[in-house]
Amino acid sequence: MPKMTMVDALNTALHQEMEQDDSVMVLGEDVGVDGGVFRVTEGLLDAFGEKRVIDTPLAEAGIVGTSIGMAIFGLRPVCEIQFSGFSYLAFHQLEAHAARMRWRSRGAYTVPMVLRTPYSGGVRALEHHSESREAYWAHTPGLKMVIPSTPRNARALLISAIRDPDPVIFYEPKAVYRAFREEVPEEEETWPIGKAQVVREGEHLTMISYGAMMRPTLEAADKLAQEDDVEAEVIDVLTIAPLDHHTFAESAKKTGRVVIIHEAPRSFGPGAEIVARLIESSFWYLEAPIRRVTGYDVVIPLFAYEKAYLPSAGRVLAAARETLESPA
Amino acid sequence: MPREVVDLPYQVEYLSILDEDGHVLDEDLEPEIPEDRLLRLHRTMLLARRFDERMLHLQRQGRIGTFAPVRGQEAAQMGIVAALRESDWMVPSFREQAASLWRGQSLESFLLAYGGFYQGNELPGNQMPEGSRNLPVAVPVGTQPLHAVGLSYAIQYRGQDDVVVTFFGDGATSEGDFHEAMNFAGVFQTPTIFVCQNNQWAISVPRSRQTNSETLAQKALAYGFPGRQVDGNDILAVYVAAEEAAERARSGDGPTMIECITYRLSMHTTADDPSRYREEEEVEEWRRRDPLPRFQAYLKQRDMLSDSDIEEAEEEILGEIQDAIDGAEERMEELANEELSMFDHMYAEMPPYLREQRDQLARELGRKEGNDA
Ligand SMILES: Cc1ncc(C[n+]2csc(CCOP(=O)(O)OP(=O)(O)O)c2C)c(N)n1
Ligand SMILES: [Mg+2]
Repeated sequence: MPKMTMVDALNTALHQEMEQDDSVMVLGEDVGVDGGVFRVTEGLLDAFGEKRVIDTPLAEAGIVGTSIGMAIFGLRPVCEIQFSGFSYLAFHQLEAHAARMRWRSRGAYTVPMVLRTPYSGGVRALEHHSESREAYWAHTPGLKMVIPSTPRNARALLISAIRDPDPVIFYEPKAVYRAFREEVPEEEETWPIGKAQVVREGEHLTMISYGAMMRPTLEAADKLAQEDDVEAEVIDVLTIAPLDHHTFAESAKKTGRVVIIHEAPRSFGPGAEIVARLIESSFWYLEAPIRRVTGYDVVIPLFAYEKAYLPSAGRVLAAARETLESPA
Repeated sequence: MPREVVDLPYQVEYLSILDEDGHVLDEDLEPEIPEDRLLRLHRTMLLARRFDERMLHLQRQGRIGTFAPVRGQEAAQMGIVAALRESDWMVPSFREQAASLWRGQSLESFLLAYGGFYQGNELPGNQMPEGSRNLPVAVPVGTQPLHAVGLSYAIQYRGQDDVVVTFFGDGATSEGDFHEAMNFAGVFQTPTIFVCQNNQWAISVPRSRQTNSETLAQKALAYGFPGRQVDGNDILAVYVAAEEAAERARSGDGPTMIECITYRLSMHTTADDPSRYREEEEVEEWRRRDPLPRFQAYLKQRDMLSDSDIEEAEEEILGEIQDAIDGAEERMEELANEELSMFDHMYAEMPPYLREQRDQLARELGRKEGNDA
């Protein structure tokens, strides 16, 4: 099995899907000749030509709106927004049309498109290049919202997203892009959208996270095992919407203690929804207040203070220990 | 006549005053700029150039983060702001270091901001100095021209005669917000000057793939006001175009768009590798039209500047830049532990929940629970 970075894995998924299905198109700013500013679309122009790999003018609403039209026709556009911080320039296209076309046309027209875009902090970037605002899309009925965390699940999820009959917003954790390699099997793999994954089993505590925050979360889980003799169960959310609360509930019923970790701002973030679902499903099993380790309710600072903003393994560990100790 | 050509009130004109060697092409067009101002323009242009080079080194050494070099576009920016008053507003995008230096921004503030400290935006010289009005950088491409329209509408409403200039790139003309700004300005006849720095590239996408229009300036015609092209590497031509646009705006005749034909001699940002998408020959060709030596040649022909003057200025500038770097790095060290400032300036008053979050971070970092800014 080849070892790949997440960039390689996503690139492989695009190559494989484009090869298999000539309705799959790639469009966006700098995706062709340049291969994407993070090189995720590298080589696609040479392999599939400029009719299918389109360097668009600099216009996010244009990219998304055009993708919607292509998708209604029956193509499978995979558009790229260069940084998620610029996806808001297409907000109305997503909210007013991509999310509603199936509903508005009573199923006659659908929008099977994917919007890929890098999100997450930790790469010393400029303003608007580090944020984590998945809640906007997860809050929008009609959109699906996916965030992979490793090369392998990134490839599987991107393939599933491309084949999905509905619009999928696909956030790529840029802090993970080239952070590590993982074995990715040659043969095609998919992962169902709407399904979380238990990536570490344990009985004392449940830790729920996704995307770039899976690394500090898993690091904290290892520390708990080494230093506290605590076995944490770690769940990778993978799909933010629709949320797989059954997997969370099952784990919470077993452990009775839950910590949720994300780098998005705290208020109205995905963690808030996960807490609500757990209260609804598992209230009587909970032995301690659920804790959230999140970004703060501020604009993510320029990079000098980024570390202080982003949840670290240390912060996760401290929250986990508090959860394990309470009620004192 | 069932088919008639509709007469449009404007045509697109191309203006240049200096040739590539700095000779005046048409003396009637040569602006009357006092010698000391011309020399100050040269000094600032040289500073912008050397500072840009130095920032690139600092970035390569990991001492600052990503930034967008200005090399090659100094005249296109400085010719514009030199023709304005201090009390006029500037609404920039993210590559306007040369214009901002002219408008009083300090070297240190750039270094701090690109060093990852938003405090760079608080330093004197980058804040609005008394009488000069500069908005901070706008990274989302093409979104800021609308603010220029709002500012200029407000100026007109208050009966003042200042104008607002907004800078953006060739790529930005593809964004919807840009077109909405142009349309609003046309409809409301605001005192706005739209300055497109057409540097031929938007990262890897050439100007020809950005629009099927012959020129970018002609976009203005569709919105009912004049658009013109100028040689953006000819500071005199840019100056004249800006002066005329400002005059129009001040006298209530509405907006103008100026398309500066220029070239990005450096990479898009320090994260970019232009060899992936453009030929070295093209860059070489534009190097011959470099605005700096051209302006120097002009000043020499007018006996305002000598080689030894340039040498002297180079030396001074080197020292000035080094002082700024030393100052900025010292400041960065001082600021390194002020993470709690991330909670400042979110609202006029810090909401209680935010204060709790700040206190929590203070405890985690082992810092004193601070006061509000
Ligand atoms: C809305 C938005 N989309 C994408 C980007 C990423 N990006 C930054 S600069 C740039 C190209 C800008 O080209 P142009 O307007 O010609 O300005 P230039 O960089 O040449 O100065 C792109 C695509 C962005 N900053 N904002
Ligand atoms: Mg450009």
